[in-house]
Amino acid sequence: MSMRFRIFKNILKQGFQGMWRNRGMGLASVSSITAVLVILGLVLIVILSINNVVVSTKSKFDEIQIFLEDEITEQQLNRIEEEVKGNKGVLSVIYQSKDQALEIMKEDWEDEAYLLEGLEENNPLQNSFVVQLKDIEYAESLVNDVKDLEGIDEVVYNQDIIEKLILFANYVRLGGLIIIGILILVSVFIISNTVKITVAARRREIEIMKYVGATNGYIRGPFIIEGLLFGLIGALISILIVNYGYSYFFNVVNDRLYVLFTVYLVPPSTLIKDVSIIFVAIGGGIGTLGSLVSLKRFLNV
Amino acid sequence: MIKFVNISKVYDNGVRALSNVNITIEKGEFVFLVGPSGAGKSTLIKLILKEEDPTEGKIYLNDMDITRVKNRRIPYIRRNVGVVFQDFRLLPNKTVYENVAFAMEIVGAHPREIRRNVPMVLSMVDLSQKAHCYPDQLSGGEHQRVAISRAIVNSPPILIADEPTGNLDPETAWEIMKILRDINRRGTTVLMATHAKDIVDMMKQRVIAIEGGKVVRDEKKGVYEHEISNI
Ligand SMILES: Nc1ncnc2c1ncn2[C@@H]1O[C@H](COP(=O)(O)OP(=O)(O)OP(=O)(O)O)[C@@H](O)[C@H]1O
Ligand SMILES: [Mg+2]
Repeated sequence: MSMRFRIFKNILKQGFQGMWRNRGMGLASVSSITAVLVILGLVLIVILSINNVVVSTKSKFDEIQIFLEDEITEQQLNRIEEEVKGNKGVLSVIYQSKDQALEIMKEDWEDEAYLLEGLEENNPLQNSFVVQLKDIEYAESLVNDVKDLEGIDEVVYNQDIIEKLILFANYVRLGGLIIIGILILVSVFIISNTVKITVAARRREIEIMKYVGATNGYIRGPFIIEGLLFGLIGALISILIVNYGYSYFFNVVNDRLYVLFTVYLVPPSTLIKDVSIIFVAIGGGIGTLGSLVSLKRFLNV
Repeated sequence: MIKFVNISKVYDNGVRALSNVNITIEKGEFVFLVGPSGAGKSTLIKLILKEEDPTEGKIYLNDMDITRVKNRRIPYIRRNVGVVFQDFRLLPNKTVYENVAFAMEIVGAHPREIRRNVPMVLSMVDLSQKAHCYPDQLSGGEHQRVAISRAIVNSPPILIADEPTGNLDPETAWEIMKILRDINRRGTTVLMATHAKDIVDMMKQRVIAIEGGKVVRDEKKGVYEHEISNI
């Protein structure tokens, strides 16, 4: 066991030496990883914020309205109300007469409300049931329950809007992923080139190591560690940038009292832990992958 | 110790470097491998070091079949075989001591063992005074002595030398031969490929001659070549 430990220590030492000797080129590796991760951070913030918007918007649109025909009978009305209340997704049902609907409309229109004057006598609006759902997902089943009942003119719900928001979030996610994917490839390439320089510098040493009976792990280890170190340094720098940069932005927005806006922004404190874990994993991953690529291409042991 | 059974080697480019070679080398032997350039001496050595795989036949090392082994196992096979080349192959940025210690670090030797064995082998090749010199401060003979120290520091049972005196003047070559003979006398099997006629003739050891990839002669206490008139 202690033999293994000594071997591991040697590998680690050589990895650090390689990184130090190569620090000029290493700068390029570290910068490229930092760039990837900072952009990843921005995409994450945007996606999480859109998610917040979707969640809170969803609750506003967990509502469907069943418009009734004017010549509906008492019996039909009760039948509809019963059916609606029987659906397990329904939170509450309120009957809204055409007069009440007009009142609400006037309030919404505020200054333009005078345009609605005189409509009371010949109200074009419809009586309706306003149904609150536990979740917008229940809309479909409720529509199915009532669609064959007599006396219903139209069922209106706002799933469209939510679907559009989710679609938008998906586009951001997709765009972000594509950009990040390209940047990751670029970083892997830059790192593999940096590590290649160490491999070339140590070619003789590697050849001798092989003759003396060094295992592949022993030969590859230092290069993998070198790449890993570049990745971790990049991760550390980008964690600092994203964390401090975003906290600063968040506070500025808050100070200016755009509270409405910050409601939807992810709080920096919840972001930092996840971002740190993700960044360390991706940064380390890119570094290791970069070394492996260069080992496969330039070092055939 | 080393056994070749019906070994043939055809390189990817179609060159037939060895044909139907049968050789058995016992533990503790000193064997010269001679033959003209391109005869297949280095190829034979590469087969033992698992740098190349034979096309046909079987190779045994310490009674172990090493004809086909997983890549993962090759380093452990190589630890049984110390190797010395014509061009020394020292690391220029390491001292003599470090060059030798390096071979022990790789196999995870204990630092105490390293501190004990490295000076021991350096004194054996008479290089104790130069332990902290860098290779560019050494003569050719000293280079080769460092390379030999590195090859034997882990006490492998076999030492292989591919033209170890090829780059040295005759006097220095003899120093190296004395060292190899001493190593052999301590029980290490030595296999040496060479073109040095006078060395082979003087040493009176077993000689295996190959030509065109075939063993043409294998004699105890042999010589480099027989007079043309003998043929
Ligand atoms: N890697 C290789 N690929 C293809 N052919 C090779 C390779 N190595 C050696 N050969 C060929 O195999 C034959 C034997 O070469 P080898 O190096 O074994 O000869 P040698 O006896 O060591 O010669 P020398 O005394 O000049 O060192 C030669 O014809 C050589 O060109
Ligand atoms: Mg040769």
